[in-house]
Amino acid sequence: MHGYLSEQEFLREIGRFLGWYYLSVAALNGVVAFALVRRRRTETDVARGTGVVSLLCFLSAVIFAGLAACVFSGHAGALSLPQTVRDAVNRHTSPLAVGVGSFAVMALLFRWRRFFVRPAVAWSLLNLALLLVGLSLTDANFAKIVSRPDNVAIVAMMFLLAFFTWLGTAKAVENDERLARDEPPLEKLDHDKVLVWPDLVYIELICMVVLTAVLIFWAIGITAPLEEPASSVRTPNPSKAPWYFVGLQEMLYYYDPWMAGVVLPGLIIVGLMAIPYLDRNPRGNGYYTIRERKFAYLTFQFGFLLLWILLILIGTFLRGPNWNFFGVYEPWDIHKVTAQNNVSFSQFFWIDLLGRGLPQPGAGAGASGRLGAILLRELPGLLLLAAYFLLLPWGVTRRVRFFAGLRQQMGRARYAAMMAMLLVMLLLPIKMLARWTGDLQYFVAIPEYFLNF
Amino acid sequence: MPNIGERIRQTQLWKSVFRHPMPLDRRNRVLVVLTNLILHLHPVAMRRHGLRLSYTWCMGGITFFLFCVETITGVLLMFYYRPTLQWAYHDILALRDAASLGVLRELHRWAGHGMVITVMLHMYRVFLTGSYKPPREFNWIVGVVLLVCTLLLSFTGYLLPADQLAMWAITVGSNMARATPLVGNEGPGSSLLTVDGVNMITDSSDVRFGLLGARTVGEVTLNRFYVYHCVGIPLAAAFLMAVHFWRVRKDGGISGPL
Repeated sequence: MHGYLSEQEFLREIGRFLGWYYLSVAALNGVVAFALVRRRRTETDVARGTGVVSLLCFLSAVIFAGLAACVFSGHAGALSLPQTVRDAVNRHTSPLAVGVGSFAVMALLFRWRRFFVRPAVAWSLLNLALLLVGLSLTDANFAKIVSRPDNVAIVAMMFLLAFFTWLGTAKAVENDERLARDEPPLEKLDHDKVLVWPDLVYIELICMVVLTAVLIFWAIGITAPLEEPASSVRTPNPSKAPWYFVGLQEMLYYYDPWMAGVVLPGLIIVGLMAIPYLDRNPRGNGYYTIRERKFAYLTFQFGFLLLWILLILIGTFLRGPNWNFFGVYEPWDIHKVTAQNNVSFSQFFWIDLLGRGLPQPGAGAGASGRLGAILLRELPGLLLLAAYFLLLPWGVTRRVRFFAGLRQQMGRARYAAMMAMLLVMLLLPIKMLARWTGDLQYFVAIPEYFLNF
Repeated sequence: MPNIGERIRQTQLWKSVFRHPMPLDRRNRVLVVLTNLILHLHPVAMRRHGLRLSYTWCMGGITFFLFCVETITGVLLMFYYRPTLQWAYHDILALRDAASLGVLRELHRWAGHGMVITVMLHMYRVFLTGSYKPPREFNWIVGVVLLVCTLLLSFTGYLLPADQLAMWAITVGSNMARATPLVGNEGPGSSLLTVDGVNMITDSSDVRFGLLGARTVGEVTLNRFYVYHCVGIPLAAAFLMAVHFWRVRKDGGISGPL
């Protein structure tokens, strides 16, 4: 819609929202600073660092209030990222950069989690993120994609997920330290029994009231989208699935529909259901911990945050017309041209590597002859997959002590099931990397039977 | 002088509604839960850590609350909405422009998005606290099925406004069913099922056709998704929720360190 507005009109429009946005962030910081100071006064044993946090909150509140004043006085345009920065972000946004970058950030956050869960650090990061969103909102392209009514929910989800990941990690880090000192986990300290009425029922009541208020404000503030009447002859570009399935749609870019749309979703469901029967580690039951169940934790986080949530975010915010990749500040140009010369592994092997044509069935070959030619053509890919699914786990189980122990602990059937699902899951990022760096289309391409993998 | 709350509690009207005074002793507080139809979903007593929002995130409860919101707003929306191509879009327009309480559809849509988010967060919390571990393995499975139910509820509802957004999102989503191995007409192995050389898996007999009731998203699909959305999946979800809550109680209440 902003496309029809002039620059000034757009800034005036967004400024109305931005002013209140900065003001609410300032208020949030102010309230937290106030609460911390009060708690400091009333409680004797104050956790270390709350002084720093309250000072930080106070400073942030002042800064954000200043920003709000600036926007309200009609200078929203001045509060944006420099065009050169935005151009650089657009230029360097690629699937490879986003994928590898996100993985690196997650690895960093995990490795130094003890640092990142500190309230002062986490709160600063939150403020920085909110500031970045605010500065970006003055960009018409960014504002357009983020403020689509359905996408507002996804933005909310991002912040909720970040918050709860912080919360869970903070408690896990604290519990891990306690467990290392042979103390029981935090949850154990509240082991006494309380009556559900009134203690729990009142919490539930307050939750319901707050949530009802949030829903009503949300419903009044943002109108549900309604486009033109459905027409089977005019296909919108891009046509996107509902947001929670956009991750699967993004997978369609790398896998054929029978994998991305049917087999992998099925495996996700089956794999989730199998978790309690594969994870036989008795520790970490009923309290937050990472150290006591690192393998289960990392596997789940990798699958959930990077392969489910990140793909949803990419599919929603970075995929535009023709499913092309766009930077967050880039206009969705329907004519954007990207070179795509993807090759399947058989083409790579026979043509590029050996310098000869693909094996063809002889003239007048029967059904078995044709099948034989196909199998010969795809033999390199099939061998590659066999090595991945059979040799790799065999070698890993023999060579890596951790997996040998897991095999011992889980038993053969459980271990095999776990390995199979783990390898299928890991094949997705591997295939993505192969696509981004080597233009690989399929490991095995048998279009004759709709069997591309 | 008694305060105003005390005065209200002394009125005949108040006393006719609430027969008992505020329960302050243990025995009467227990009875509140035991003698109330809705509250007795809860146990009478629980461990204190289960009260902490930083432990539970309250996400399961919020998901259930949002399901109730969806049920109520959904029934209200059914008063206004006819699932035919002739009327569906116009009814949505009328809902926006003519119906009183013009935020009904917004409430329903945003609570639906919210429910998808909170059900994922609930799963996240249950994983992070290892609460799927024995004896709660089976309840985790029920939870996964409920997650799928939530996604399908939202997906079937996505079509009902019958606008471009709805129709093409459902087209993109349901096109994948075409590629189901063996039973989708473009899936691997679809040519295996033949009778006298005639292929049995075609675009009017495959699993996608069964899902949509037609070869393309249209009138029949709209009606079919309406029934899935308003009757089929909510009934399944309600039944599974009953099992889920019951199992929470039977498996020893909210999880916690042993």
